[in-house]
Amino acid sequence: MEALIRLERVEKVFQVRRKAGRLRSVRSEVRAVDGISFDIARGEMVGYIGPNGAGKSTTIKMLTGILVPSGGRLRVAGIDPARERTRLARRIGVVFGQRTTLWWDLPLRDSYELVRRMYRIPDDRYARNLARCVELLDLGALLDAPVRQLSLGQRMRGDIAAALLHDPEVLYLDEPTIGLDVVSKAKVRGFLRDLNTERGTTVLLTTHDLTDIEQLCTRVMVIDHGRLVHDGDLGGLHAVGDSERTLVVDFERELPPVRIAGARPVKVEGPRQWLAFPASASAAPLVAELTARYPLVDLSVREPVIEDVIARMYADRAAL
Amino acid sequence: MAEALRAYALIAGAWIRSTMAYRFSFVMMTVGNFLATALNFAAIAIIFGHTRLLGGFSLPETAFLYGTSGCALGLADLVLGSMDQLGRRVRDGTLDTLLVRPAPVFAQAAADRFALRRLGRITQSALVLIWALAALKVVWTPADVLLVPVMLLSGAAIFGAIFVIGAAFQFWATDAAEVQNSFTYGGNGLTQYPPTIFAKDLLRGATFVVPLAFINWLPALHILGRPDPLGLPGWLDFCSPLVAVVACGVAGLAWRAGLKSYRSTGS
Repeated sequence: MEALIRLERVEKVFQVRRKAGRLRSVRSEVRAVDGISFDIARGEMVGYIGPNGAGKSTTIKMLTGILVPSGGRLRVAGIDPARERTRLARRIGVVFGQRTTLWWDLPLRDSYELVRRMYRIPDDRYARNLARCVELLDLGALLDAPVRQLSLGQRMRGDIAAALLHDPEVLYLDEPTIGLDVVSKAKVRGFLRDLNTERGTTVLLTTHDLTDIEQLCTRVMVIDHGRLVHDGDLGGLHAVGDSERTLVVDFERELPPVRIAGARPVKVEGPRQWLAFPASASAAPLVAELTARYPLVDLSVREPVIEDVIARMYADRAAL
Repeated sequence: MAEALRAYALIAGAWIRSTMAYRFSFVMMTVGNFLATALNFAAIAIIFGHTRLLGGFSLPETAFLYGTSGCALGLADLVLGSMDQLGRRVRDGTLDTLLVRPAPVFAQAAADRFALRRLGRITQSALVLIWALAALKVVWTPADVLLVPVMLLSGAAIFGAIFVIGAAFQFWATDAAEVQNSFTYGGNGLTQYPPTIFAKDLLRGATFVVPLAFINWLPALHILGRPDPLGLPGWLDFCSPLVAVVACGVAGLAWRAGLKSYRSTGS
């Protein structure tokens, strides 16, 4: 299949000055993105994850033409983003979870109207796309409110609509669900899934929420210290990292660390204990055994977080 | 260039429409802007209540300086005043949102929060200027008449260049808006008074370092038929358009360098 996005050994190096003494400063290099290569085909929906400062946002900024790479080759829809930023802008949509691309003091409707004219969207297509977004993202009641008055979830939906009015081929989402409540998250995820399956829009999203990836992406790339450490499906990621889920159990009283097959005790804190078990295994038999053998008060299962998954990948590599 | 003007007009238009949705508030803000700037002239009027001449200049002559400087700054402030927000945009990362839209960043940054209330300053300065033109006792040659609009436009361009250079500087020093303000609004405060009341060194700085003297002092000295306190050659009085072009060129280069630096460092 044709690669819509192609990175070949892309690098981004920042010069950082650090104060050393009263007047002297020491220069050092930070390789935020350190030789990353990948292809994304048209119509793919890819998750791009990694710890804070791993290089996710820097990659997105190079893909949108905000930042100029220090090395390597990068093409989006055949365009070099750094050199033809405005030409690329007409073919991509960008949503930053942390800041709006809308005009803060203008009503949502005026922002969209401005987008229509700035992108020169034909009237009929604009009307169709706006109607579709308003319906699916439930924006009808919000159109006349200035962006600054919207809640985070409403603003995010408004931003996603704004990024799609010109029918972009690629949609970049930088932390689209950060800070959203459960209902808003579900709404945003449902919309993105439909967008990808029905319209074939290529989506690249960064996130801290592994559930986003599980529910949306068939492919996930993990970046750490500027390097791509995993590129494959999420199941593969669990396998690579051999990651674990955690059973948090509240017993009726303090007990010595419990030992049951298929789980290992991690932590004991009064009557509460943490038991780790492989992410691929089911929690049901463990829960059954625990309830049969011990007096329980409460119990919950914690999904692995990205930081743990990556830490585990390194631990495995070091052990090999 | 056409793309930039189009984007500017689109964004400024949206802001004007949204301002007009609250018409009463707009009128109050404009009146406020008018009155706030009128206080400057009140200060000059009070001085002339105690003295007939200020540095050898009469009240109409000083009003002429005041009006030309105020109109020039007002025009530049109306078109480019929002540029002093650039440092904030760099700090909070919203500059990135301008970089993902299909329009020049410069036009987007300049048109953002386009504030029509700034017409208050222009109106106030224009009224003073009209009164001064009527009250001045000078013999108007055709060249002098032409020199008035030329100095207003050149002055606006020079103030505009200072706004842009100040904004470009904020790519590196994100909290440097005050430095720029001291040259624009401060420069206005300087050039609305006769040059003869200031120290020679300050005048040299305002001529050769930051070319404030070309905004109104030098062409006005010619119109008013007064000698230059620095004793500079007379042809400099006609150089304002040239200085404006150079200043805009420098501003363009500074902006490009600033944006380039931002796109390579991201902060």
